[in-house]
Amino acid sequence: MIQRLFPHPLLSLILWGIWLLLNNTLSAGHIVLGAVLAIFIPWLTSSYWPEKILIRRPWMLVLYIFRVLFEILVANAVVAKLILGPQKKLKPGFLHYELQLTSPVGIGLLANTISLTPGTVSCDLTKDRRYLLIHALHIDDVEAIRAEIHRKFEKPLLEIFITC
Amino acid sequence: MLEWILAILILIGAFFTLVGSIGLYKLSDFYMRLHGPTKASTLGVGAILIASAIHFSFKTDGVSLHEILVTLFLFITAPVSAHLMAKAAIHIKVKQVERTRQLEEK
Repeated sequence: MIQRLFPHPLLSLILWGIWLLLNNTLSAGHIVLGAVLAIFIPWLTSSYWPEKILIRRPWMLVLYIFRVLFEILVANAVVAKLILGPQKKLKPGFLHYELQLTSPVGIGLLANTISLTPGTVSCDLTKDRRYLLIHALHIDDVEAIRAEIHRKFEKPLLEIFITC
Repeated sequence: MLEWILAILILIGAFFTLVGSIGLYKLSDFYMRLHGPTKASTLGVGAILIASAIHFSFKTDGVSLHEILVTLFLFITAPVSAHLMAKAAIHIKVKQVERTRQLEEK
């Protein structure tokens, strides 16, 4: 019963939060209206989300978000330096990143994080979902970039999302 | 004090937005130009929006949280649009700078 009412409890919670933020109030009316929407929208769209999203360690996700925000700051300093520096020195290139993550939400989050952080933009995902194609603004050492992505982003995500 | 924090945030925002634009103008191929707007401009706009949120939270009654939401949406949509553009560019084989490192065969 609860399973059918709330196919995606997390999505409901997020929708509710966003509704209240959008209206910028905490009045009773909007709390109720937001709750109604938060129940109905996941219910109506549940057929598009067949797999369940399971988050094993919610506090790790919060930690991850703060880490990403910090990395975005660092990334911007690095990219600003690359952009303002001489162009001839830049060695752009593509690289494959072998994924260990299997959950679609996890992969999506990782791709988004990669695009927001140091000199890399995710370009494509192979059909079998095993490799992520990444474009880097400046490559010194391919293995170093791979190791950094794995250590900083994929490892925490592996702990957060369980596959099912 | 508050004015100082706001001024610093707005300056940081303006600086990174400028860097993003310079990148868009200066870098040599499509894929490299993608980096400017996805990163620098995102942080630039983010910093300006945070300044706006702080300003209106202190100057008017109640807290102003719209800006947080804008930042959130920006952080979600910017990488996705960059990803789609890059994917489309690879598909139609947009020209790359000659020194671009190519993929190893899988």
